Amino acid sequence: MATIESLRARLEAAAQTRLGRSLAIRHINTGSCNGCELELRALHTVLYDLERFGLRFVDSPRHADVLLVTGPLTRNLRGALEQAWDATPEPKWVVAVGDCAVDGGVFKGSYAVLGGTGVSVPVDLTISGCPPSPGRILAGLRTLLEANRK
Amino acid sequence: MITGPGTTADDIVRNAQAEICRPWLRHILPPADWIAFSRSAAAEGLILLAQWADTVQVHALFLNQAALTIVAVSTQVREGQYPALSPVLPGAALYERMIHDLWGHRAQGADDLPPWLDHGTWPQSRPMAVRPEPQSPTALTMLASADQPDCMVLPLGPIWGQLEEAAHLRLTLDGPTIRRAEVLLGFTHKGTLTLMRGKSPRIAARFAARLSADATVAHSVAFARATEAAMDVQAPARAVALRIAMMEIERIAVHFDTLAEVGRLAGSDIVRTRCGFLRETLLRACEAAFGHRLMMDCVVPGGVASDIAEGGKQVILRALGSIATELPDVRRLHDGPALASRLTGLGRVGGALAASLGVGGVVGRASGYAFDARSSFTQAYDAFGPRLAIHSAGDAAARQHLRLFEIEESLRLAGAALDALPEGPLGIALPPVSGEGIACAESVRGDVWHWLRLDHGQIAAVFPRDPGWALWPLAERVLEHATADDVDLIRASLALPASGMDL
Repeated sequence: MATIESLRARLEAAAQTRLGRSLAIRHINTGSCNGCELELRALHTVLYDLERFGLRFVDSPRHADVLLVTGPLTRNLRGALEQAWDATPEPKWVVAVGDCAVDGGVFKGSYAVLGGTGVSVPVDLTISGCPPSPGRILAGLRTLLEANRK
Repeated sequence: MITGPGTTADDIVRNAQAEICRPWLRHILPPADWIAFSRSAAAEGLILLAQWADTVQVHALFLNQAALTIVAVSTQVREGQYPALSPVLPGAALYERMIHDLWGHRAQGADDLPPWLDHGTWPQSRPMAVRPEPQSPTALTMLASADQPDCMVLPLGPIWGQLEEAAHLRLTLDGPTIRRAEVLLGFTHKGTLTLMRGKSPRIAARFAARLSADATVAHSVAFARATEAAMDVQAPARAVALRIAMMEIERIAVHFDTLAEVGRLAGSDIVRTRCGFLRETLLRACEAAFGHRLMMDCVVPGGVASDIAEGGKQVILRALGSIATELPDVRRLHDGPALASRLTGLGRVGGALAASLGVGGVVGRASGYAFDARSSFTQAYDAFGPRLAIHSAGDAAARQHLRLFEIEESLRLAGAALDALPEGPLGIALPPVSGEGIACAESVRGDVWHWLRLDHGQIAAVFPRDPGWALWPLAERVLEHATADDVDLIRASLALPASGMDL
């Protein structure tokens, strides 16, 4: 019995190192011009194939590990972001994708825009660019995956 | 003037005062003539392209489809009011709600003016008015609840599961059938118009490029042309040719995106994979040639921001070539029984409805409304003779086929523009003059129109009209009587944008 137990522990450790764990991502648009969405959609193409890294998009924040936020935080969507954040189970990460989500981008200072995602919820990772290229987004998400593995 | 029953819209504007706006005069109508004009316009089938305001006037832009002329009219706002167009021109309803939210001008005689952009979260109301009023946050009354007994309400959005734009759709369901579809937008309102005001066109172009990323080149071109019209200057020939190439490349890329999305939702993974791959091939070529995958900020008032990179022409032509090789296969997949049976008859748009709402683009042309700004109001295209395809079926299958045809035509146009690329300067210096201009460009979703007024080289007022203004009211009608399960597919097939009209 003790041998089986120790074998299982070794297998789990090996699987953790080799495979890590997958991350379920929920996309939240807080006012984007659709540019970041266009590039995120490219991640699904065969040229990037997001899922081979264990990264997948899910439909509900309740199933998510990561909230991936695009766009400047408009006043009209602040409530929606906060609701999604509250609905996401711990542990959770927030990734702000694109210059707008980082700090409001060119829309900083408008009466209708609060700023970046961080104004409303704590941000763990930012990926800048207007819009960031799919390769850049992927690199960012892989850092998160690696951090999560440790 | 005195108007009788036989007065045509032409008669009314001919006798009116006009302000200089290039290339079309803007006619100032007293309230009575404004009302008479709207009636004649409705009777003669003039199409309302846009309605907007500044601090003292309300403006409307019409297309006379038969004569292929553009008519711009304005009326003075008196005591915060102006006569509504929506009682005779239903397409004006959303614009009137937007004008009320941004400038505070009330459309007299409109049924109701529920908020459209102002969801009660801004620190001030009517932010574009001379004196905005501070407001304290109020809860947004979303759309009214179901008024029919035994019906279920299905609220969708503003945050969707898929990588979507933010919009709220409320469906009243009777079993699986949609009885009523209502839409609320304005979630992504970023105050773009106030940010553009007071800036030079060169700086404000960054905002025009970020109205809607799928149409970033088209919006940038329309904005640049409107600026050039207002200043009465012309962009150099090399810049004009590069703009055409970029617009057509954008059209190919976004059409592939829509084809892939519709293919995915209709259960054809091979269409999704193929189209996604071809789009990505093209975007990588764009990065090499123009320095930006979506060609954002590449078009600026007065010309283009920078020249095509060394060897960039060959990179683009090679990408266009590989798309041309693959296109027959993609078309064959659409003719196959799996996709054809799923898409035929789905989301049918009547020709009369499309024309009455002024829905251009693929959606309009797939239902027989023959309008394309490339062949009507943009002389730059004349040398290339863009071909226009029309379909009459008006369903999702017709729209897919039209997209495929347009990709083929855009391959030809982009190639021709790059082949015949004239040598010369890339831009001109913009003179610090005053003036007013209107211009258009054919985006992937339909015609975009930009109007602006310059005061010594600075933007005094501006309004961009995105095709979304016409597409969403159409979507509400198309979704009625559809099945709830088909909603995602119909939305994808109509390619509904949000950010561009949320301003």
